[in-house]
Amino acid sequence: MNIVVTVLLAAGLFFFLVGIIGIIRFPDFYSRMHPAGMLDTMGLLLSMLAIAVYILFDHFSYLSVFSSLKILLIVIFVYITSPIASHAIMDAGVRAGLQPWTREDLTKEET
Amino acid sequence: MENQIIDPRTSVDLSKSDKKSTTAVERKSRILSYIFTFIIMLAVWIILSGKLDLFHISLGVISSILVSYFSAEMLFPEAKISFLLKTWLGLLGYLPWLIYQIFLCNLHLVYLVFHPRLKEVINPQIVTFKSKLENDIALVTIANSITLTPGTNTIYLSLYGDFTVHAIDDASIEGIPGELETKAKKIFGL
Repeated sequence: MNIVVTVLLAAGLFFFLVGIIGIIRFPDFYSRMHPAGMLDTMGLLLSMLAIAVYILFDHFSYLSVFSSLKILLIVIFVYITSPIASHAIMDAGVRAGLQPWTREDLTKEET
Repeated sequence: MENQIIDPRTSVDLSKSDKKSTTAVERKSRILSYIFTFIIMLAVWIILSGKLDLFHISLGVISSILVSYFSAEMLFPEAKISFLLKTWLGLLGYLPWLIYQIFLCNLHLVYLVFHPRLKEVINPQIVTFKSKLENDIALVTIANSITLTPGTNTIYLSLYGDFTVHAIDDASIEGIPGELETKAKKIFGL
């Protein structure tokens, strides 16, 4: 069971890392929101699953079942609220009149 | 600047919900929506408290009754019994498919992030499309699913089903709107 926990945790941390690298590498505000959304979909799901499995099988009792259910509740609440938050941030960008980065900007940068 | 247009349907919908519904079927489904809210509230209470003795559970029952009395209309607006059951069962079947889609899109985004010539591969673009669905919950489910799958992000959604979506490259927009819309249509029975 330790192997499963380690693999899940490592995969979750890998997605967190890729998300952070993506936030730095992408060119503008709108495209940076995409890896930022990746952090709390895949990264959170995998790492929270790892913690839930670890708690459940470490000392099995009815209390550990409640603890892992609480951790799964975190995933559910984040999955409901995080798309709304990232939608609100992008909508604020559009309302403020920020122009998105496109392919044409790339040719402008090179010349 | 189309974002600042106020939909006329919002005011219409408000006036419609103000009317008191008095038919027997509607009253029955109203009670059922209270019961559903109560069950959800009590389940969350028991999970969060983690204590199963009489004192804590009776406290949970009292506060769940209060909360479901205040907020059942927010959780299940204009509820109908058959619609409620079908929607919740459909959502349960929808979740594994959505998580699988999120996983696929994540792998694609991992490929994009580690691409050495990042700025030449991506093609950020804003796409607009119109959905035929007019059910509020179905539209919000589609919008949230679009934002949850990395690579696409909902910018704006109107009550009539006009979506404005920001996509990171050409491959990200292939899945929308077709597949999501048919799934949502099946869940909400439209």
